[in-house]
Amino acid sequence: MSQEVQTIEKVSEPLFSKKNRKLLTDPLNDNNPITVQVLGICSALAITVQLKPAIVMSISVIAVLALGNVIVSLMRNFIPSRIRIIVQLVVVAALVILVDQVLKAFVYDVSKQLSVFVGLIITNCIVMGRLEAFALANTPWKSFLDGIGNGLGYAAILVAVAFFRELFGSGALFGYKIIPDSWYIANGGFYANNGMMLLPPMALITVGLIIWLQRAKNTKLIENA
Amino acid sequence: MKAARSFFDSVRPHFEKGGKWEKFYPAYDAFETFAFVPGHTAHSGAHVRDAIDLKRTMVTVIFAMIPCLLFGMYNVGLQHFRALGQPDAAFLDMFLFGALKVMPMVVVSYAVGLGIEFAFAIVKKHSINEGYLVSGMLIPLIMPVDIPLWMVAVSTVFAVVIGKEVFGGTGMNILNPALTARAFAFFAYPSWMSGDKVWVNTSGGTVVDGYSGSTILGNLAVTGKAGVGYADWSMAEMVIGTIPGSIGETSKIAVAIGAFILLWTGIASWRIMLMSALGALSMGLIFNAFSGIVPSPEMQGYLGIPFWQHLIIGSWAFATVFMATDPVSGAQTNTGKLWYGFLIGFFGIMIRVFNPAYPEGMMLAILLMNVFAPLIDHYVIEANVRKRLKRVQPVPAKA
Repeated sequence: MSQEVQTIEKVSEPLFSKKNRKLLTDPLNDNNPITVQVLGICSALAITVQLKPAIVMSISVIAVLALGNVIVSLMRNFIPSRIRIIVQLVVVAALVILVDQVLKAFVYDVSKQLSVFVGLIITNCIVMGRLEAFALANTPWKSFLDGIGNGLGYAAILVAVAFFRELFGSGALFGYKIIPDSWYIANGGFYANNGMMLLPPMALITVGLIIWLQRAKNTKLIENA
Repeated sequence: MKAARSFFDSVRPHFEKGGKWEKFYPAYDAFETFAFVPGHTAHSGAHVRDAIDLKRTMVTVIFAMIPCLLFGMYNVGLQHFRALGQPDAAFLDMFLFGALKVMPMVVVSYAVGLGIEFAFAIVKKHSINEGYLVSGMLIPLIMPVDIPLWMVAVSTVFAVVIGKEVFGGTGMNILNPALTARAFAFFAYPSWMSGDKVWVNTSGGTVVDGYSGSTILGNLAVTGKAGVGYADWSMAEMVIGTIPGSIGETSKIAVAIGAFILLWTGIASWRIMLMSALGALSMGLIFNAFSGIVPSPEMQGYLGIPFWQHLIIGSWAFATVFMATDPVSGAQTNTGKLWYGFLIGFFGIMIRVFNPAYPEGMMLAILLMNVFAPLIDHYVIEANVRKRLKRVQPVPAKA
């Protein structure tokens, strides 16, 4: 019986079937890790003051998620279920150390800005959540797509929040001045940067506003009271 | 009056179902019920008959704030001319100067806030609530005079949308909207909300020797004395309110008139006001007791000011009368109100004295207690339930 099912699966699964594409696109909106599952909030609050660290962080998380998912998926039939969390942690920790070394080698200043938050990817709920909920039960290719999808969903929110925080908090994007100097009150203009945008509460409020917007557009997310 | 009535009647069909402006019915409804007593009655269920509705409550609170507003306008002018070395300027000059500074803030606050309320009411198809009438007046009264108008507007947007509408509008907010606006401005634009440059408008002239624009609390935090040189404020001035500060809060007499109106009409809770005073006084007494043992002379001076003076310096009085007594964000139970009020006074003075970054602590104390108010109510109700359960405990049958 089980053999039959397996053969059927093997036959009817093109690389980018509709189901597989859904793995990639679902986490972008309907099942976004931050705005719907509300996971990985801590790093979203901590490193979204500027766009550059937010993007580097996003890439790191995507890499760890995708690779971790693939590795755990490959091992899924050999991991004793009692010690699966420890095995997952070892995999994730190894990947995070790799990412950390790469960042230190190539973008040292950003890596300093991110400080402990790269190391804290190990405890990012999204990573553990996907390993537990998806990679342990699915094939490597599907797990890879799922990892990329969830990483992109995380990245989309991070970049959106960082965009608004850097634009209104520092008047810049990627460190380049957007708002002309002559607009500032000190230079005889009328404008001032919003200092609250640089504080973590504003990241929480921005995420909240994004959730609000998303639910207004996507009414199936609204729970029945 | 008749003309107004017939005007409302003539445009009414356009706003009713099927009319061309049907969508804007909430806006029409707001204006009509503002001008006339609403013609509809409750349809079902038991309801309380009372002459006072939400609109009348709000208007009473606004009346109570008018003395503060008028005195604030005068004081803005007075501080301006004093700083420029013309303390003998005519009363009307001072008042008009202040009015020209304050009125635009009032207009911006109302226009922006009510605009958002109208928009939300039309999109969500509910009638427009009157809650903003009070917040809109409070926001300018708790801002410094020199803040740019667009900052007032941004703060108002934040307060109405994040502080109120996301929670469901008037009556559902967990934080006081006016204080939310002020807290936002305080953290977003700190250099326009604190320090010694913002409380007195000195535009168009050179200031007199020894002028300092800092408030009494600002002085106390730095030097441990209420004032030095130019700003050697007396007790009488603190009570009358001819001192620098946020626009509406300086005069304790104007606040007292407001408090009298609110208490006489029964709109504000005397429990909160009384206990806030007791809380502030007890914190002051504790500070007095410890003033001898702190090392720095500045801190000694600040801790050592007579405990009752905490009630007349800074904005304790204004915050207690108009903000702490907000019926929505405050505690609801009578016992809860006692605790809520006491802790506001207690923490307000504690933050004010101990944290140099926040020269005035009342804003943060009230926002903090707003968050805790439901918890206080919860325990008060639990205690009551326990007490009553004890009363009905069955007597164990004798063996």
